[in-house]
Amino acid sequence: MTTIDTHATGASTGVTASPSARTVSIGDWFTTTDHKRIGRLFIAVSLVALLGVVVIAALLGVERIDAEAAMFDINSMAQLFALYRFGLTFVVLVPLLLGIAVAIVPLQLGARALTFPRLAAAGFWTWLIGAVLVVISIASNGGPGGGNPRFVGLFLVSHIVLLLGLAAAAGSLATTVLTTRAPGMNMRRVPVFSWSVLVGALGLLLVLPAVLGALIYTYLDYRYGRIGFGGNQAINGWIGFGFSQPASFVYVVPVFGFAAEVIAVASGRKLPMRGVIFTGVGLVGLSAALGAVLQQPADLSRDVSHLSVGRWLSEVLPYALFNLLPVLGGFIVIALGAVAMRGGRPRITAPLVFGLLGALMVFVGMLASALYYVGDAQLGGTVFEEGVWLYIVYGAVLSALGAVTYWGPKLWGRSLPDRQVLPLAALGFIATVLASLPYLVAGFAKQPAAASEFDYSGPQNLWNGLSAAGHVLMFVTVLAFVGLAVRSFTKGADAGDDPWDGHTLEWATSSPAPYANFADVHTVASAEPLLDLKPRKDR
Amino acid sequence: MLSLPPAAAPAPRRQMFVGTALGCVAAGSLIGAMLALWMRFRTEALDVTDGRWVPKGVDVPLVPANTMLLAFVLIGVFAQWGVYAARRDARSHTAMALGLVGLIGVAIVNAQAYIYARMELPITGDDATAFNAMFYAITGTFVLLLIIGIGFSAITAFRYMGGRTTDREIVSAHALYWYFLGALFFALWLVVYVTK
Repeated sequence: MTTIDTHATGASTGVTASPSARTVSIGDWFTTTDHKRIGRLFIAVSLVALLGVVVIAALLGVERIDAEAAMFDINSMAQLFALYRFGLTFVVLVPLLLGIAVAIVPLQLGARALTFPRLAAAGFWTWLIGAVLVVISIASNGGPGGGNPRFVGLFLVSHIVLLLGLAAAAGSLATTVLTTRAPGMNMRRVPVFSWSVLVGALGLLLVLPAVLGALIYTYLDYRYGRIGFGGNQAINGWIGFGFSQPASFVYVVPVFGFAAEVIAVASGRKLPMRGVIFTGVGLVGLSAALGAVLQQPADLSRDVSHLSVGRWLSEVLPYALFNLLPVLGGFIVIALGAVAMRGGRPRITAPLVFGLLGALMVFVGMLASALYYVGDAQLGGTVFEEGVWLYIVYGAVLSALGAVTYWGPKLWGRSLPDRQVLPLAALGFIATVLASLPYLVAGFAKQPAAASEFDYSGPQNLWNGLSAAGHVLMFVTVLAFVGLAVRSFTKGADAGDDPWDGHTLEWATSSPAPYANFADVHTVASAEPLLDLKPRKDR
Repeated sequence: MLSLPPAAAPAPRRQMFVGTALGCVAAGSLIGAMLALWMRFRTEALDVTDGRWVPKGVDVPLVPANTMLLAFVLIGVFAQWGVYAARRDARSHTAMALGLVGLIGVAIVNAQAYIYARMELPITGDDATAFNAMFYAITGTFVLLLIIGIGFSAITAFRYMGGRTTDREIVSAHALYWYFLGALFFALWLVVYVTK
């Protein structure tokens, strides 16, 4: 047998809990070291935060529709922009993907627990406290451009706290993949999603401390002399690299792992050239992390065919390393995924559609980012960069929604209805394109970044209106998804242990997975241990 | 449900050691980023005509900084002694080595405090400069890493002395952390204290 018991502790029994039992249950959630619970906490809070930040994004979009009618003053704009950029990146994107990884990776690896679960739990609570303090500081006139020095300081300190929490969870995850795998599961047999989580977590351990270092300097300078780092207006300039490209590529590496995983499962086939796919995922993470940490100027300008060797090394090489290699990595994963789909007859499921669209959106963002750094395109300082970033963040959100749909049965024991989720994938895709693409166009028309007053030739109201509509659509998508998820995961139909005909170890245990995941430790002899046990189709 | 062949519980794969190594990578990235910003500010300050980075009248004391560097060499030796002794189940030697590492760690923190007291760098008022705030930021962050290291020594010693003598991995992980701190301090010493 493969499991200890058939249902997880605390699974729905239909019996109403007494108040004391409820208190104990709440206490369990506060002190839990069960990776599935920690992951669910990350997912739930970041999805709620997503709804809030998308509202701010929509408000900022509306503000930019009519450049002359101002809803917010210039300082409020700076604060809201900070909340929007920092919020979507560090309060939504990174914790959402980390939460999914924390919940699922130990199951995929055949492990009974996460390594350093208390560190991951501490990471969650540290992150949550930091996120709450960020909101409080902005609401109290702090943050970049804020007028209350105490709360500007609090804004910086709370970001330090928040990043420490995320780094703790990333460290726990990376150690789990490196050390806690089932017997026989060498690194070549690790599931693609877990590999992508390892690459992403290592990237986070490089990038987040670099942002932290800049934050410590900025805070001390702001708190005391305000000489070197330029006070409250310059905060974004010092820490902004943490929520722009290529750093954001590091945060979304698991998107490619998830896409590859669901393509294989939907096609019912093994992934072709796993080693090459692993390399592709690695290229995305490694080159982006190096680009973010080294912060080497990676602009490409002038006619490259006439450059000297020295210029090639100083201009073309950094550009190619930090902008083109992630694109190449993403392309490899998507292309080989397409090959896998072509060879089989994939079932069109909601996770597949979410995963594919999410990866495609992120890939488009990477391509656009490569264009942004071509100096002759003169896109620097325009909203083009915001469009690129939105493609990446919203693409990753689509992928995360797909991951919740896919692995929901393992966490809650119940499934989301595929037919009702599929339209949301389409809606989310439209929302992503609507929110992002107009800013790419407006960037070419030289609409300045993070500004509400501008004047350029072209239908500026249209571009900004479309983008605001995209944010509103994204809000509707996420709200509908959350509503559907809450209803289905509490009252929906039982999912069964292996509803997707999965290939990897998480589908070898019961749904929802019990406290210690597996009764027996499995021996693994291939990268797709469950697929090997199933009746052979054409694979 | 499909069942896979069961296996014996896998041998531990040095979780503590790998986790510590990853922590070291993160600490390296933190101090590396801070040193990079330090060098950028220094270059910009020196590029100005008659520019200076270290404020006039400020003396960066090298003797305590050199002593700290030497202390890290000692820490490396004692940490490795701890690993060696733990492998041979020499409990008293392990305890002595861990204690000495912690003690020298405290001495290094004390040396840093002495440097602060000697320099008396103002960080508010007319005499405040970017150098002053950045000096406190980077050395203060390093002191935090040192305090974590001292805590690590204490936990390792308590666990080992409490009877968990088979748990040698934590002694190795502890040594790794201190080696790494030594390497980080070498970079800090070179950039902040020597090059100035």
